Amino acid sequence: MTLTPEDVAQVALLARLRVSPAEVEMFTEQLTKIVGFVEQLNELDTSNVEPLAHGVEVFNVFREDKVEPALPRAAALANAPEHNDECFIVPVVIE
Amino acid sequence: MNYTLIIGLEVHVQLTTQSKMFARCGTEFGLPPNTQTDPVSLGLPGTLPVMNRRAFELALKTATALHAEIAPFTKWDRKNYYYPDLPKNYQISQYDLPFSRGGHLDIPVRKDGTGGGICRLTRVHLEEDTGKLTHGAGGYSEIDLNRAGIPLMEIVTEPDIRSAADARGCLEELRLVLRYLEVSDCEMQEGSLRCDANVNLHIETPHGAIATPIVEVKNLNSFRSVERALEYEAERQFRQWQEDGLTIKDAHKETRGWSDPEGVTKPQRRKETAADYRYFPEPDLVPVVVDDAWRARVKASIGELPAARRARFEADFGLTPYDANVLVEQGRDVADYFDAVVTKTSEYKLASNWIQQDILRIAKELKLTLTGFPVGPDELAELIGRVQRGELNTNQGREVLAKMVERGQSAEAIIEADGYKMVSDRGAIAAAVDAALAANPKAIEDLKKGKKPDAVKGFLRGQVMKQTGGKADPKVVLDLLDAKLAELASDG
Repeated sequence: MTLTPEDVAQVALLARLRVSPAEVEMFTEQLTKIVGFVEQLNELDTSNVEPLAHGVEVFNVFREDKVEPALPRAAALANAPEHNDECFIVPVVIE
Repeated sequence: MNYTLIIGLEVHVQLTTQSKMFARCGTEFGLPPNTQTDPVSLGLPGTLPVMNRRAFELALKTATALHAEIAPFTKWDRKNYYYPDLPKNYQISQYDLPFSRGGHLDIPVRKDGTGGGICRLTRVHLEEDTGKLTHGAGGYSEIDLNRAGIPLMEIVTEPDIRSAADARGCLEELRLVLRYLEVSDCEMQEGSLRCDANVNLHIETPHGAIATPIVEVKNLNSFRSVERALEYEAERQFRQWQEDGLTIKDAHKETRGWSDPEGVTKPQRRKETAADYRYFPEPDLVPVVVDDAWRARVKASIGELPAARRARFEADFGLTPYDANVLVEQGRDVADYFDAVVTKTSEYKLASNWIQQDILRIAKELKLTLTGFPVGPDELAELIGRVQRGELNTNQGREVLAKMVERGQSAEAIIEADGYKMVSDRGAIAAAVDAALAANPKAIEDLKKGKKPDAVKGFLRGQVMKQTGGKADPKVVLDLLDAKLAELASDG
């Protein structure tokens, strides 16, 4: 599979990465190689293998519906780049 | 040109759990911002989510009640997107193996005889709610993560709905079922029930049928706004199509937000396609296996649902579909109350009338539910008995009921204290009839001229009741009044 510069630009957009035209060119080549490497897996015949949903064969790990104390608000906000003592503050995002 | 409105709903419901879907902090509504978070809700590095058993069981209960097929194996997926309502930059949701598929909702017929039928469901799945953003005026947004991680159930219907009124009907019935199941408060104002609608038109043209581009309508914050927005959107799409002729083949799905004050929908951001969310299996959570025993246990925990209850009220108590629906659609407390009243009286129709006309009116005025209503079902049944036996007429019964609520006393005490007694003595009532006729010669003139006989008779009957202080047996009044009027008529 060959990736196009448009594919790379789209992936960068979804990951909120700003990439220069030169980087797009570089990543297009590198990502094509990586995808090609992973594509080797397609050579295996998996027609008789059950799809795997999770790496460990463990199911139904639940906890009871009990509340534990919340983080104090000051602690919750402590690592935020910006806050107003009540809320996290981010540059305006309008959907 | 004819068009058909095609609507499917996407309903999000917060489940009534104490703690969050994957975190141990609380879920209470209306607390100060960011006082209900913990490292998991904040998406801090090194934290791990753990499933809330109750949330999963409430979701299973819902899907089972909605006749959905419960998957024997289900898993979690990450839905990736950058938006600060979830600090992890992904939402834990379910993609290709939701815990349930299919199912349907039975919609009752409306008062005017329209609507009703079956709305098929596509799927029900579980996910976590997102935080709340408030866009400030100063070029910044405030984020409150109290809501982030609250268990959220998404119910998706097939595009089976054909009118705005039916969409509302479907959502109202869904809320009723969810409240019966006690899985959610379903308060649209508080956001514990939220609805988006996918809508387009199928238009018959001289060149064949076409479909307009699908629009997802958001910001539907009340039942009324669901109805209004879809009515608006149907007309808007038709106008738009007349202008640009674009069909579903020419345009992407569009997201529009409903503005209630303006009564219009407005375009929102372009919908990312499913592939853009780059779903992949959530490695931090193990899958869930639901075996037959668990399914059976969930099924057994479901009580009688609204549709079954309506049917029972019709079959067992001879109520009309309309009456059965009024008693059921008001909520479980009302139907429970009726069920309790009819264990004490076999006057089913009267019981239904009294509840609909009097009890519900008083409850509404006093903003009470019927659970713990000041006049219990036994007391109402007893009062109905008195009216039925002719000890009180209906109006007296109403007054006594009002006083029972007001004073918290028994019917007997009030009847005793206030001297309620129905007068059935024909002599006394005949005298009242004579007095009423003597006092209203004009009414008799009108009657002789053939002027609205029913209205005039109704007026005279009221006058007779007044003469007896409202205590006369209405049957005797009518009887004697008719006899007297016939006598007058034959006198010429």
